[in-house]
Amino acid sequence: MNGPATHTATGGTGIRLSRVLLYVILGLFCVYYLLPLYVMVVNSLKPLSEITSGGMMSLPDQWTLAPWGSAWSTAQVGVEATGLKPYFINSLIMVVPAVAITTILGALNGYVLTKWPFRGATLIFGLLLFGCFIPFQMVLIPMARMLGLMGLAGSVSGLVFVHMVYGIGFATLYFRNYYAAFPTELVRAAQIDGAGFFTIFWRILLPSSGPIAVVCVIWLFTNIWNDFLFGASFSDFDSQPMTVALNNLVQSSTGVKEYNVHFAGAIMAALPTLLVYIVAGRYFVRGLMAGSVKG
Amino acid sequence: MSDTQTAGQTGFVDRLRNALPLLVLSPSIVLVAIFVYGFILFTFYLSFTDSRILPSFNLVGWKNYENLFRIRAWDTAVNNLMIFGVLYIAICSVLGLLLAILLDQKIRAEGFIRTIYLYPMALSFIVTGVAWKWFLDPGIGLESVMHSWGWDSFKFGWIKDSDFAIYTIVIAAVWQTSGFVMAMFLAGLRGIDGEMLKAAQIDGASTFALYRRIVIPQLRPAFMSAFVVLAHMAIKSYDLVIALTNGGPGTATEVPATFMYSYTFTRNQMGIGASSAVIMLMTIAAIIVPYLWSELREKK
Repeated sequence: MNGPATHTATGGTGIRLSRVLLYVILGLFCVYYLLPLYVMVVNSLKPLSEITSGGMMSLPDQWTLAPWGSAWSTAQVGVEATGLKPYFINSLIMVVPAVAITTILGALNGYVLTKWPFRGATLIFGLLLFGCFIPFQMVLIPMARMLGLMGLAGSVSGLVFVHMVYGIGFATLYFRNYYAAFPTELVRAAQIDGAGFFTIFWRILLPSSGPIAVVCVIWLFTNIWNDFLFGASFSDFDSQPMTVALNNLVQSSTGVKEYNVHFAGAIMAALPTLLVYIVAGRYFVRGLMAGSVKG
Repeated sequence: MSDTQTAGQTGFVDRLRNALPLLVLSPSIVLVAIFVYGFILFTFYLSFTDSRILPSFNLVGWKNYENLFRIRAWDTAVNNLMIFGVLYIAICSVLGLLLAILLDQKIRAEGFIRTIYLYPMALSFIVTGVAWKWFLDPGIGLESVMHSWGWDSFKFGWIKDSDFAIYTIVIAAVWQTSGFVMAMFLAGLRGIDGEMLKAAQIDGASTFALYRRIVIPQLRPAFMSAFVVLAHMAIKSYDLVIALTNGGPGTATEVPATFMYSYTFTRNQMGIGASSAVIMLMTIAAIIVPYLWSELREKK
């Protein structure tokens, strides 16, 4: 808020002109970022013929919800004409437990790493963190075998497990940095009063963890919902997540390309994360900013 | 802190209580030890074996690496990653910084505009890929729209042109992440000490000089984080390529991530796939390890 902009307040026509220019530039960038969304929405609401005749940018002459219906329940995905609905449900039952378990683990890890320090804690944290950044190509082959050994191959539970394992690093990172700023004296005082490990976590740290839990949940939710590589590698036909099914729908080479159905499907795949972003995105940005200012 | 607890008693319960923090942490440690580090070692080992469709434990030395560097598609993949990586990091950083500086000028509706710039990062690369794939497609997208608006000589067929297809991936990727980079820089800008800037202003420094001399040098940490995040995203990028061009036309937009996948799972050359994954890991480690090292040392 105390940026170097303060001196623009001194007034004058030159400065007013530059303010107008500033808003024009910012407006043009808004158009740039909104354009693909506009293209998707508008084209999901018109008949195919209007798109193929060069009308991608224009509003529909004839508004229709048919592409949405088709994408949801009748479009050909892979070999079957099931629409995207079963895959949407797969993604939902994958993302909810994966996010819940990982967030709880992250909170506990962050608590231990900051309030119960031990020799080598930083090293362990560093090793957990490095796990976030590895190219997942490095784990695809052994993971495929391991899921087979665990009896989870090709199932939604298998995907939940994979996302949980590779989400731990980020979840721990968020909670660790957040709890690092939490007054240790409070924890110490509670300990002297006889409170145990879990009591302290439950009564003292958890009640103030709202903001960081929101950041963590949004981060995990968008990452897991949007994942494609694990979904493509470890799912069977009937356990595929939404992203994989959408890609199959779009890449399938049989018959006419139904662009309007593709766009409707793309919006469906985007809707949950977009909704989370619009409803809770403010907290995410705030949390991000708090984090990176410190770091 | 655990040893400040009521000293003296050494019963089982007390020992359990002292071990509790580590016990709570241990599932995560075990999972990461096996599924990150164990798997890394396993793939590393596989890269020295003659694994084809299934893992084999028959060691063949450096043969996979020698073969890998003879494969044309790998050459293309590495070149593409260089082009993509350099342009992606450079454009995202410049655009992100520019947008952050513009948004930092006490803009009305800043929150609203920021939301618009940031929303692409909430979308899946698969979704983004679909949107851009058709938007850039000369048959129905931008080119066709321009023709229907009467500009008949307009040409934009990069996505179908093997010399230019890789640049369309840059376009879509920049669209997706530049808002996120802006948020990182904006956070950096908000953390800069206002007093120093006021003093410089009183001394008569112009806005431009102010940014060049004082603000941007202080954004060094933000530049570092942006670079690390972008570089590692560039090396890992897989989904966007699959959705946008599927590696084509031909192998024109092959990158190491798509190369690894196709050699391992569709061409049954697991040994070569594993060695390409090892090279990806080494590249990322070269960027991430020094970064983590400096970050974690500073904080302790």
